[in-house]
Amino acid sequence: MNPAGQIIHLIKLEARLEWKNRQAITSLIVYSLASIYISYLAFRQALDPITWNALFWIIMLFAATNAIAKSFLQESKGLQLFYYTTLHPQSVILAKTIYNILLLSFLGGINFIIYSILFECPLANIGQYIGGLFLGAIGLSSTLTFISGLVSRANNNVALIAILGFPLLFPLLLMILKYSSNAMNGVSWEANQQLFFILIALNAMIIMLSYLLFPYLWRE
Amino acid sequence: MLLYTFTMGFLGPVPAMPIINESIRNLYFHVTMWMGMLVLMLVNAIYSIKYLSSSKSYFDIVAEESSRMAMVFASAGLITGMVWANYTWGAPWVNDPQLNGTAATMLIYAAYFILRNAIPDEIKRAKLGSVYSIFAFVMMFVFIMVIPKMNDSLHPGKGGNPGFNKYDLDSNMRMVFYPAVIGWTLLGTWIMSIRVRTKLIENKISA
Repeated sequence: MNPAGQIIHLIKLEARLEWKNRQAITSLIVYSLASIYISYLAFRQALDPITWNALFWIIMLFAATNAIAKSFLQESKGLQLFYYTTLHPQSVILAKTIYNILLLSFLGGINFIIYSILFECPLANIGQYIGGLFLGAIGLSSTLTFISGLVSRANNNVALIAILGFPLLFPLLLMILKYSSNAMNGVSWEANQQLFFILIALNAMIIMLSYLLFPYLWRE
Repeated sequence: MLLYTFTMGFLGPVPAMPIINESIRNLYFHVTMWMGMLVLMLVNAIYSIKYLSSSKSYFDIVAEESSRMAMVFASAGLITGMVWANYTWGAPWVNDPQLNGTAATMLIYAAYFILRNAIPDEIKRAKLGSVYSIFAFVMMFVFIMVIPKMNDSLHPGKGGNPGFNKYDLDSNMRMVFYPAVIGWTLLGTWIMSIRVRTKLIENKISA
């Protein structure tokens, strides 16, 4: 099979596995709902925009860590061996990344809706904010997928994902926070454009890096 | 070569001592620490790439030791910077892009050591460590090179603050500053090379 075909096939397979095992994705949704509700109970008031934005991205970060941690860890040794013998490593990492982007965008959408219902939504420019949400989901999931692949080679320690991944996510999170608070305050598209493209470039860089480096993890 | 490194490493910073008794003297220590750290991190990234393409354990040892020295320099630079900031800005820690970058860098390299220690198998450890450090180096590069350029920083020379080279860094100070940069960097690489040799000998003995 050619690489593109492999990628599509793998994404379909992941989706089918997810559908078969619905408890995993339900637990993710419940997890993020619970964390939103905890913050709602803790604050009990309308938040000022900066806190609103920061809290949302912190919740997203933890939801993403939980969602993506399992992407490599849940696979059995046998399945990994099967992948190893039949597929290109690059198509495995790309497929996982794309699948996790879809998963995280879905999760982020749900989070966003619930979050803006519970906390008064101070958004001036929802379209821009959602664009930022999508870019953030791409960045978070590509970095964490790569780290998850790395950790799965180490010793399958979930705590290691947070330790290794969070510092690497700092630049992304800083930029996304800045971009989304701009979007929230209704800064015009022209002013925010630069950050938007920097974010795209950063995401492209992360994906390229994991594309280049993953084969070295794969060979054992 | 070692002797040369030795003399330069210790002679470099020495002439800094009798110079003006002001906070600017920190230029010789704080700024040069960062330069040394950046050089060592570059060494780390290069040797990680070399390791991945050749899988010789020598490259991995160099990579590990260089990042260890980079960590030492980062801590030293952070401490000198905090002492300086306490007098100049009035607080040891402010929300400044460069400071955030430093904190992130140190966390990244701490994570690198944790990752290495978590893996018992040597070859696997070397491989995963190299992969992580290449990834980390690129992200760190974005962080401390690109982001501070986009934001205003409190550091001299950024965001409208007067820079050193405008009026302070006259030719007299340059005479000390550049050797200090080279001296600290060489000191770092010297310690690193000694540690690499010790490691190699240890490996030989145990093998």
